[in-house]
Amino acid sequence: MSDTIITVSDVVTQFGKNRVHDGISLSVRQGEIYGLLGGSGSGKSSLLKEMIMLLRPQSGEIKVLGQDLSRISRSSAATLRHHWGVLFQAGALYSSLTVEENVGIKLREYTDLPLRLIQYIVRMKIKMVGLPEEAAALYPSELSGGMVKRAALARALAMDPELLFLDEPTSGLDPVGAEAFDNLILELREILGLTVVMVTHDLDSIWTIVDRFSVLGEKKVIAEGTLNEVIENPHPIVRQFFRGARGGIRSRDGKQN
Amino acid sequence: MQPTRSQKAQIERLKSQDGEGVILLKSFGDWTIDALRDAADTLEKFSRVNRNVSIQWDVSDVGRVDSAGMMLFIRYYDLLKSNGCSIKVVGVKSEHEKMYRLLRRYAPGDFGGRPALFSRFLRPLNGIGRSFVAFLLDITAFLSFIGENFVDLISSLLHPRSIRFGAIVKNIEEAGVRAMPIVTLTSFLIGVVIAYQGAVQLEKFGANIFIVDMIGLSITRELAPLITAIVVAGRTGSSYTAQLGVMKITEEIDAMRTMGFDPHRFLVLPRIMALMIVLPLMIFFSDIIGIAAGMFISHIHLHISYAEFLHRLQDVLEVRHFWIGICKGPFFAWLIAAVGCFRGLQVSKNTESIGRYTTISVVNSIFLVIACDAFFSVLLTELGI
Repeated sequence: MSDTIITVSDVVTQFGKNRVHDGISLSVRQGEIYGLLGGSGSGKSSLLKEMIMLLRPQSGEIKVLGQDLSRISRSSAATLRHHWGVLFQAGALYSSLTVEENVGIKLREYTDLPLRLIQYIVRMKIKMVGLPEEAAALYPSELSGGMVKRAALARALAMDPELLFLDEPTSGLDPVGAEAFDNLILELREILGLTVVMVTHDLDSIWTIVDRFSVLGEKKVIAEGTLNEVIENPHPIVRQFFRGARGGIRSRDGKQN
Repeated sequence: MQPTRSQKAQIERLKSQDGEGVILLKSFGDWTIDALRDAADTLEKFSRVNRNVSIQWDVSDVGRVDSAGMMLFIRYYDLLKSNGCSIKVVGVKSEHEKMYRLLRRYAPGDFGGRPALFSRFLRPLNGIGRSFVAFLLDITAFLSFIGENFVDLISSLLHPRSIRFGAIVKNIEEAGVRAMPIVTLTSFLIGVVIAYQGAVQLEKFGANIFIVDMIGLSITRELAPLITAIVVAGRTGSSYTAQLGVMKITEEIDAMRTMGFDPHRFLVLPRIMALMIVLPLMIFFSDIIGIAAGMFISHIHLHISYAEFLHRLQDVLEVRHFWIGICKGPFFAWLIAAVGCFRGLQVSKNTESIGRYTTISVVNSIFLVIACDAFFSVLLTELGI
């Protein structure tokens, strides 16, 4: 079993005349929390969408769990979709279903487990992401922003995925909530042995939970590696990111663990 | 890494070797979510028949375990324990134990399980009770809406300058002028239907000329108001609900409140007034079209000339029938607009509720219009008008 779980090589993405990626390559290893960092419009979300087969790159190759996404058959695409969970930026909970139904929808569709057991598993996942059990019966419109994120995370985790994709998991959360969410992801990785790919521009997340990350800019990957490796990178965009006023405070303190 | 196919999770009851009432369970296979079905069934059956026994559960041959598999184990472990069984688990692998310890914290408590027989019988009654209370609350909310609206009406009548005439005119155009084609079409067809059905019957008796009485009376007094109101309820009532609902979701209504623009004065009153003005006019228009359609069919089918028809119409159609029809207009209009706006303001945060409340609004207003019409029918007949 190879150590890398996602390999992106020479990916080119273009929307009309606007080229977003021009030869992007990176790799995500088994069991790590990998961050995709970059300014607005640097194409991190598009790259994530390409990894989960919502977008197709113009050229280049993306391999997820050993499958080449551009040549994947229908059935293996379906299997692959069972093996990952995706947390969308705004949660994307189905508004006509309760939290419990949202979390359990994949279990009901794709497994033949008895309903009682599904209910039991769903309750566990709801508890696991730190929601009170009473939240199970609520509709998404009755939840606060933080609770929506947690419920969406529970849904992404329902099938025990090997791979978890998070699109800006802490955006829209207050600093306390964001930190709690980060810790939650760390703990879940511990319990479930997840590999996590997250798009973020929350520097705190980068300091505290991300193992390795890449910085996107100028249509390319301008730096990839652990925090200490990237921070030494002389590229102006990287320097701007970490030596700017907001990043600077944390840089002086260093990683807090 | 190729997703590997999981071995089926299985559990087996071994022949008891040491005799002394100890049941030996042995589980093997992969306890992962896609392979749990059989094991879940076996455990369910097993836990139902075994109480107060000693169990030795051998898990040494279990392969991969995910959180669902661990949950299954935890659930039945607890269930058997609570049934008075003593359980000894042997052959636990270290990674499984680690997972067990982490997941144990998240095991959901007992959430009731299957409701008891008694409460299952009570559930329909519970449902009836709840929907009755919801119905009462709905009516209360509607009454308070009407009350608020009435107060606003009074205050704007006291200060006529505050009436939003521009909005009223715009709503008249939207609800009235734009609805002319569909009202024309439906009225025409209703006229045709009445004339045709009547003609066949009347011809049998040789009472052809009475078709004029029939058409004149039924169209002006009942059908034109009712049909117009139903068309308007479907067209305008629903659009009121949807418009106000969207404004509610996008927080426009809250924004208006903070700026001191009362939504009742700015949104609800102009709509209600506009519809109350325009619906009687549309009924008048519908009268003309309906009677014209009837006249046309009478001419073709019963060979009554247009002049003869109009002459007879002047004799038999008393003007009070026409006025009764027109006077129903404002009442119907008030019902449609009030229900439409009320439901629109009830829309809560999510987009799905717009659709739900629009449907409710149309159903409510059509029902209320018909109920109101029935009430008028009885009342006016009793009064001898």
